[in-house]
Amino acid sequence: MHNLNPNEPSGPIENRWEKHLFDLALIAPQNRKKYNIIVVGTGLAGASLCATLGEAGYNVKSFCYNDSPRRAHSIAAQGGINASKNYQNDGDSTWRLFYDTIKGGDFRARESNVYRLAQLSCNIIDQAVSQGVPFAREYSGYLANRSFGGTQVSRTFYARGQTGQQLLLGAYSAMSKEITSGRVIHQSRSEMLELIIVNDRARGIVVRDLVSGEISAHIADCVVMCTGGYSNAYYLSTNAKGCNTSATWRAYKKGAYFANPSFTQIHPTCVPPTGDNQSKLTLMSESLRNDGRIWAPKNIEDCDKDPNNINEEDRDYFLERMYPAFANLVPRDIASRALKGICDEGRGIGSKVNNQRLGVYLDFSSVIEKIGIEKVKEKYGNLFDMYESITGENPYQVPMRIYPAPHYTMGGLWVDYNLMTTINGLFATGEANFSDHGANRLGASALMQGLADGYFIAPQTVANYLAKSQFEEISNIHPEVVASLESVKVRIGKLMNAPKPKYSPDYFHQKLGRILWSACGMSREMEALEVSMKDISELQSEFWQNIKVTGSKKDFNQTLEKAGRVADFIELGHLMCLDAIDRKESCGAHARLEYLAESGDAKRDDENYSHVAAWEFQDEKPILHKEQLHFEFIKPSLRDYK
Amino acid sequence: MNFTLHIWRQQNAESIGDFITYQADNIDGDTSFLEMLDQLNEQLIEKSEDCVVFDYDCREGICGTCSLVINGHPHGEKNATATCQLYMRDYANQSELWIEPFRASSFPVIKDLTVEREAFDRIIQAGGFISVSTGSAPEANSQLVSKDDADNAFDAATCIGCGACVAVCPNASASLFVAAKINHFHQLPQGRVESKNRAKRMINQMEVEGFGSCSNHRHCEVVCPQEISVSNITLMNSLL
Repeated sequence: MHNLNPNEPSGPIENRWEKHLFDLALIAPQNRKKYNIIVVGTGLAGASLCATLGEAGYNVKSFCYNDSPRRAHSIAAQGGINASKNYQNDGDSTWRLFYDTIKGGDFRARESNVYRLAQLSCNIIDQAVSQGVPFAREYSGYLANRSFGGTQVSRTFYARGQTGQQLLLGAYSAMSKEITSGRVIHQSRSEMLELIIVNDRARGIVVRDLVSGEISAHIADCVVMCTGGYSNAYYLSTNAKGCNTSATWRAYKKGAYFANPSFTQIHPTCVPPTGDNQSKLTLMSESLRNDGRIWAPKNIEDCDKDPNNINEEDRDYFLERMYPAFANLVPRDIASRALKGICDEGRGIGSKVNNQRLGVYLDFSSVIEKIGIEKVKEKYGNLFDMYESITGENPYQVPMRIYPAPHYTMGGLWVDYNLMTTINGLFATGEANFSDHGANRLGASALMQGLADGYFIAPQTVANYLAKSQFEEISNIHPEVVASLESVKVRIGKLMNAPKPKYSPDYFHQKLGRILWSACGMSREMEALEVSMKDISELQSEFWQNIKVTGSKKDFNQTLEKAGRVADFIELGHLMCLDAIDRKESCGAHARLEYLAESGDAKRDDENYSHVAAWEFQDEKPILHKEQLHFEFIKPSLRDYK
Repeated sequence: MNFTLHIWRQQNAESIGDFITYQADNIDGDTSFLEMLDQLNEQLIEKSEDCVVFDYDCREGICGTCSLVINGHPHGEKNATATCQLYMRDYANQSELWIEPFRASSFPVIKDLTVEREAFDRIIQAGGFISVSTGSAPEANSQLVSKDDADNAFDAATCIGCGACVAVCPNASASLFVAAKINHFHQLPQGRVESKNRAKRMINQMEVEGFGSCSNHRHCEVVCPQEISVSNITLMNSLL
């Protein structure tokens, strides 16, 4: 059992990272080429890490399931990236970004980690600008900022609505430079299917070449997982179709604790679903909430009317009504729950799915009137175009329709201050770990965390681990390597040859998604969660009986890829519900209906639940370990956005 | 809506492919083009047949993974749109669709509708970066960039690397892709230092990969989902 020691430095929080950096062991430049590091996943966190480790002189081997690192889902982040530069002179500081992130996460994140994140935020902007990331600028030539997602300062840097794309291309180009130098060897269209552990240390992975179907083992001195989040457990989410939990789930089953799996974020501004064959949902950047006003008809009978024919007095600007101070800019979880509440009351708009109208309006008419259509185009042009291409409606003329969708997962592999999991030599960065966002992530913070981990934190802490360890030579015939390869082959055999093949992977995935969305989505309660756990267990046995994968395993087989990922999502879904049951409080995005304040807001129970729930895999039932959180610098307060 | 689909099936890079005809019926107008193919694949699984392999990921037009040539047009006929952003309502007037992979010798078909585009990665590796290491960056506002330059850089940088420009070009040239990257960096003071050298290396790699040269057909900017302008190619040539 792991002691869950976060290995935080002590002392004044401003000095902790610097002190820690000094305490970390170094490897001299000429010795770095003797070390081999495997990086799994090359989105923002992975590509930035590959680039930085390569520049330092280590041998890096990286893998991604896409056909190029440039395609990772980090690319879809629209709104921006936070940094406490205080360029706008509106009182921002490292301390304020730290405070906002801790408070936004509803006091369920580790102070030391979050302070470090805020400190590094400014370095990320410097780095990205020097790489040629074309951030928005003022006419003066200085960098522009905006306020984003519920903050009261303008600290968000952005590149139109494509900030994630530009930052990822920056990291990808930096990584490409290191591929040319020969220090990074990258393999696309490859999926990690097992973790190899030798003498209690992560020493390699088993990979399936997605084109040839070939299974191979790769050995290194340590392994870093940069594999993103698991929103696709819900089937319909804003994540790219390929995003999956398989790498983190393999690590969990080999002993890495999984922290706060039920902490998932449902984003309020997505294009509503239209029917049963929907394959994914599209996020509209929440920067739209800066200028758009959210409303629903006051009267149910208006719900199928043309919105432009609904009188002003018959419109309910419900966020402005419920949360006058923050209005349309309340944090994501609060907006999402309010929105769902309106639709559950029957005041939703748009076409009916399963007999319910899922959507409310996001209206730009007042800002268009105020600043003119050209200015609005400049700010949101590409988002409006995207909306029009999906829905066939022109948002300059008809209000947008929005509905919440799963978007980001705060939970992930438990890591200490060094971003190391409970397995020695296995690190996790970016969305794959649980570390910085607590029970709820603030807008424009995901890009920040992925890059802080990849450019600045993991390169130092990984080096420290390597410097302090001795590594024995491992050959491809080592029993652990052989066993890992074998277990992957056996599992693929089971997926290809179910006893009664009947249903496709998507059939099971959709079923799982519906269970999780209703029981472990925006609001949770004991009874429904318990029923879901049973349903998921049944789904799991049905899956292994009836999964039908056509084609060959020694071939490019997307059905087989999906089947393996769905199998892992089913097991993860079970753990998500278990974690949601165990946390008998509401906090951040986790709203337990039995534990809400009278106002409907989340009500924390700091006395009993001020901890990280880290789950250890066991065949029978996972074991819960708790990392107690200590708030030395920010006194936990009620998150009140009224 | 009902569609007759003629889909290119090819077992692997070595084998010879052919069009196979399928039927997709009762398709809703709000179904995306790729969701229509998903539904076809569900049918194929039911019939215990191998699914049609096609590339996709974000399904919101930004990752550049999806490809396809639909009725002769890379990413379909609709302007400024990647395949994943096509909806079947766009095909309300058509009942027969020919769906094939991007065709270019530098993008070999690896199965069915999927091609290998690693040649693009290798072009970026040849010089599509600013040679700065982590940690050595100066304060972000210490170097001013005029708004026009920043906007021009962004317009070029927004390329999603899908390869439609290559697929549509009679010469299978990657000029638009290469020029967009070169111009993105050239618009910025921090990128201009290496401009000439970068252009030389990237264009050289483009030739090594077997892509053709630009002979001003300008089809590329028409099919580009991000509407990258061919004026980028003019600028690239001026750097040589």
